[in-house]
Amino acid sequence: MRRSLIVWIAVMAAVVAAAGLGAVVLSRWLASEVEAPPSEGGRAAAASADEARKIKARLFYVAEDGVHLVPVEREVPFGATTADQARRIVEAQLEPAPEGLVSPIPAGTRLRALYLTEANQAFVDLSAEARSAHPGGLTNEILTVYSVVDSLTVNLPVLTGVQILVDGHEVDTLAGHVDLRRPLVRSTFWIDEGTPR
Amino acid sequence: MLSASLAGLSPHPGLAGQAAGARPAPAFTVISPQARTPLPASQAGDQLMVALDDLAPLFGLTVREDGIGGGLTVTAANGKRVLLTPGQPLASADGRLVSLPAAPVRDGRRWLVPIEFLSRAIAPVAGTPIEVRRGSRLVLVGDVRVPRVEVRQQEAGGVIRLTLTVAPRAGHQVTHEGNRLLLRFDATALDPALPAVTPGPLLQGIRLGDTPATLAVDLGPRFGSYRASAATRDANSEVIVELVPSFTDQAIPVPPPSPPAAEPLVNLAPPRPSVRTVVIDAGHGGDEQGASGPSGALEKEVALAVARRLRAVLEGRLGLRVLMTRDADKAVSLDERAALANTNKADLFISLHANASLRPATRGAQVYFLSAGQGGEASRAALAGGALPTLGGGSRDVELILWDLAQVRHLDESAAFAAILEEELRGRIAVNERPVLQAPFRVLAAANMPAVVVETGYLTNTEDERLLKSAGHQDQIVQALLQSVIRFREVRERGVAAMPTGVSAPNPSRPPR
Repeated sequence: MRRSLIVWIAVMAAVVAAAGLGAVVLSRWLASEVEAPPSEGGRAAAASADEARKIKARLFYVAEDGVHLVPVEREVPFGATTADQARRIVEAQLEPAPEGLVSPIPAGTRLRALYLTEANQAFVDLSAEARSAHPGGLTNEILTVYSVVDSLTVNLPVLTGVQILVDGHEVDTLAGHVDLRRPLVRSTFWIDEGTPR
Repeated sequence: MLSASLAGLSPHPGLAGQAAGARPAPAFTVISPQARTPLPASQAGDQLMVALDDLAPLFGLTVREDGIGGGLTVTAANGKRVLLTPGQPLASADGRLVSLPAAPVRDGRRWLVPIEFLSRAIAPVAGTPIEVRRGSRLVLVGDVRVPRVEVRQQEAGGVIRLTLTVAPRAGHQVTHEGNRLLLRFDATALDPALPAVTPGPLLQGIRLGDTPATLAVDLGPRFGSYRASAATRDANSEVIVELVPSFTDQAIPVPPPSPPAAEPLVNLAPPRPSVRTVVIDAGHGGDEQGASGPSGALEKEVALAVARRLRAVLEGRLGLRVLMTRDADKAVSLDERAALANTNKADLFISLHANASLRPATRGAQVYFLSAGQGGEASRAALAGGALPTLGGGSRDVELILWDLAQVRHLDESAAFAAILEEELRGRIAVNERPVLQAPFRVLAAANMPAVVVETGYLTNTEDERLLKSAGHQDQIVQALLQSVIRFREVRERGVAAMPTGVSAPNPSRPPR
């Protein structure tokens, strides 16, 4: 009985420690909320719990006026590290838009890789469709670029900039206008804050 | 001085050459460097006659009738004399015999002489050239320039073309003031031959303007814009003014564009920055088609069409040096485009594009200039005009190594031009609700001069696409750009605060520093 009490205390301590670690990680990102699945008797290890965890992130779609991005709160899988979380967010942003929304991302675009520098600049390597399937036009291009830049920098303020690569290479532009040779910083200029969903 | 009157002179009743049936005729106008004076005329047979007592005060003549011989003596201010004999179509001008088309005739108490008396007899005596233009009823005295301006009117495709043949050639300036175009010629006066104009929706009439060397073209309610060009043909010049109707289907009022600024005649001050060289950049080209519309219009084609029209107007109307980054359907790299402007020391870089949105309802023109700051540390250093350390010590001028951030030094002027252009576009064509914006433009970053991207409209909008393909709509865009260049040049040359009012200033978010 005494022995089982010690085990019980040890398990509880591990759960508290794991929760504390998660809180520290999340506080770095300032992610909105973490919805953990109900603990099954406290036996769930932190690693396996991550698989089912979701965060709420703001993703960006083409506004009705065609010249803004409209933010939409959506559930995105939890990532254990900043880089992991960044990957999850970009992957969610690249998914086809939900019913009633229009995605600014060219269809078929996939995330090839994402890595962070020591200065917390994100390099986002997109598949070739980001250029080859782009419909062209400055506004379309701006909204494509800033949906990626802002989905990362708005949800993960620790990131200082985002540089988009295509098929593993640095590119001048996606469609002839927006300069992608350097990391771009967050710009809420393109976000229509008036109609968040 | 010799303003003798003929009052009291009594022509000999028995002399031959009495005026039989002289009747009033339209007056001449005497034009001298100092004045314009009417000169009454009479018609006697097929001759145009003028009265000696009208000429006397004008030309400083004294007229005396010889009681015995029946002759007339006209004495000029310099004392030289002209002798006339009634009944004889001759005159002795300072001892030289000259012929006249008719003899002097008496009309009541006055003596009439043919109008040619002035050019054939008075001019050699006075030592001043006098030219008589019977057809246009002009007498030109001394060193005056009165070119003949013959105007022809044609209409094609809704555009009215006025062709002005100016002989001899004279410089001119076309300005748009209110509901008329004014053509000011570099002349003392004009000798116009104007067509009979039936007032219409585009053109109401053509007449002499408020000053002697000005022609006024009265415009109708459907007038939208105009373009003017000039060419030299031998000793003459030819000016072509085309009146382009507005597009009423846009339901946008067309206010008159601002009159172009008059340039100072003599500028002794050290030269201010001006606008002498403009680089026009037609976006995309070749394999890179840019955006496209539902009916197949391509951004690269719209951009090139507007660019060519703009070049013609900037060269023809403002006499600017204009360079095009491309004048054909070919691919040009973004670096080459800015490099052309930089190596030619252009004063303004105008990049022309057509936009696209995933929302088909989105339409209207937009003007963009570069947003600074996205370059991180490097661009901030360039903005601060700093220097960067180099390997092995020392430092390098940031300008030299950050050529592709040259634009950051010109952002204020780029913003000023963008704001002016928005004003000029508004009212001519549909403008987007976000009219002036900043974005990290690849093609603008390296431009070492004020630079903008003009998105002329949305090809993905069916109405915008239809308009962007039409010549008339392209001319509206060009007219807005022309007026903007004129205003921007004024801002630069005079340093005046000619910034537009009420412009919604761009409000980009700035990166944290």
